[in-house]
Amino acid sequence: MPAPIITTRDLRKRYADTHALAGLDLTVPAGVVCAVLGPNGAGKSTLVRVLATLTRPDAGDARVAGHDVRAEPRQVRARIGLLGQHTAVDEVLGGRENLLLFGRLHHLSPTRARARADELLARFDLTDVADRPAGTYSGGTRRRLDLAAALVADPPVLFLDEPTTGLDPRARTGVHDAVRALADAGTTVLLTTQYLEEADRLADTVVVVDHGRVVAEGTPERLRGTLGADRVEVLLDHAGDLAAATDAIGAATGATPRVDPDALRVGVPAADRVGTLGAVLAALTAAGVTAVDVTLRRPTLDEVFLHLTADRAAVAR
Amino acid sequence: MSATALTDTATLTGRALRHWRRQPTPVLVTLLFPILLVLMFGYLLGGAMVVPGGGDYREFLLPGMFAMTMLFGVETTYTAVATDAARGVTDRLRSLPVARGAVIAGRATADGLHAVVALAVMLACGLAVGWRPHAGVGPALAAVGLLLLLRLAMIVVGIHLALLLRAPESVVALQILVWPVGFASSAFVAPQTMPGWLGAVAAYNPLSATVAACRELFGNPGWGGDGFTARHAVALAVAWPLAVIAVAGPLAVRRWQRLDR
Ligand SMILES: Nc1ncnc2c1ncn2[C@@H]1O[C@H](COP(=O)(O)OP(=O)(O)OP(=O)(O)O)[C@@H](O)[C@H]1O
Ligand SMILES: [Mg+2]
Repeated sequence: MPAPIITTRDLRKRYADTHALAGLDLTVPAGVVCAVLGPNGAGKSTLVRVLATLTRPDAGDARVAGHDVRAEPRQVRARIGLLGQHTAVDEVLGGRENLLLFGRLHHLSPTRARARADELLARFDLTDVADRPAGTYSGGTRRRLDLAAALVADPPVLFLDEPTTGLDPRARTGVHDAVRALADAGTTVLLTTQYLEEADRLADTVVVVDHGRVVAEGTPERLRGTLGADRVEVLLDHAGDLAAATDAIGAATGATPRVDPDALRVGVPAADRVGTLGAVLAALTAAGVTAVDVTLRRPTLDEVFLHLTADRAAVAR
Repeated sequence: MSATALTDTATLTGRALRHWRRQPTPVLVTLLFPILLVLMFGYLLGGAMVVPGGGDYREFLLPGMFAMTMLFGVETTYTAVATDAARGVTDRLRSLPVARGAVIAGRATADGLHAVVALAVMLACGLAVGWRPHAGVGPALAAVGLLLLLRLAMIVVGIHLALLLRAPESVVALQILVWPVGFASSAFVAPQTMPGWLGAVAAYNPLSATVAACRELFGNPGWGGDGFTARHAVALAVAWPLAVIAVAGPLAVRRWQRLDR
């Protein structure tokens, strides 16, 4: 395991009655992509802002790239790139001027800053709009410029707060590719996201945050494991088949099926994977039940996420 | 100041200048609006104005308009700083390894340059409508210095208010508030022509100090008062802005430091 490059210990931040961070402990090894998942208001942005030196924690420690965020903010800032939740580029200036500005403020030489701006404009498909005021860009284009600006100094640590929210699928894939390329080049990326499939695709480790605390962490694979085995799901044609299907599947697998009468779905754990799938199909045929669809699948991160943060949802209801 | 601080300040000053090049209309308005006021007050209303000690009204008016131009500057500073704060640009700048104080210093430098241009435009406008400095180059330069000192105080006040409110649209309130400050001063008319209490307010108004000092240093007709404020106009024109800076400066710095709350 490489040495950790981001660590927090018992991080706390309170706004009036809200505990945005309530003792958050996090360790991110160098060179990994870490996805922070959590419902709205979980404290994801607060965590990113603390790590990026924008918000001062009430208590606890946070170190980024070897420096304490409170004691040595400038050293931290020299080593990070930040993409905030809300796009923050200079809307009066053009894309190139923005990148030049941020490059110069990262103390790149004028020549280096210009070269870097051209490089990033080309990489993020911004060359055509480079000289137009960023305020005239579409939301997605402005976001790409925002991301390019975060990369100007080629920082070893990158914080991306919901980098793909509001992007179309193509632009989202573009951001995914960029993140993967950065990770392959050794950049540590901490990103927050609402899209579990994004965490699944990009992240080496996933941290689920709720109420300002880490409630689960691990590889996407391992988190899925916390919900149990793979499942066989059967989609029926008629509500009248529900009882027969449930009995047949129960008898064939020895497990108690989970039934969703509204969706006409019956599911069981697939302890034997393809074996279980075969047994279910045979049982349905024997019982004379027609299925519209039968799938063998792993639980999605969505299910893990909903499961882990369920108590909060219950409270909200 | 370290080399980094100077470079960063220069970079951020350059950014503000680029804004003006990219969006010239608002800057042009700040430069032309005082001229409109000179024309309105100097020609439309000027015929009805009598300068207490005798003398030409436009000679009396122009130093007041120079000071008003500096006062209006608070709106330029406020809008720029509040827009950055509201749009998240300030946060982005705070996430960069920028030298301490450079963001504010860059703003102040750019607005200082804006003030120099605005004042040059107004001096030219004054000369065009018959205003003249009569007391020599030295005092005239001192008057310009006092006007720029007033603008510096407005820069500090503008930054503080902007970091406090972080709402660019609130500039409307400032645009309204500068008028009572301007009218309840000796910029347009002499305080002794006002009701007693208002005349006292106008005489002690910090803006009046700069206006009276400029009239004195430019050798233009004053309002003829012989009270404390009239006798110590130059000293007050130095003291008032310095006092404002001494109060608002630390408040602005504290606001900046507390952006991480
Ligand atoms: N500046 C602030 N003032 C007051 N409350 C705040 C502030 N910033 C965050 N909070 C509160 O702290 C909690 C956590 O906010 P945070 O923005 O970190 O959540 P999040 O996980 O990023 O949510 P989202 O998914 O909606 O972006 C929320 O209840 C929020 O209202
Ligand atoms: Mg957030």
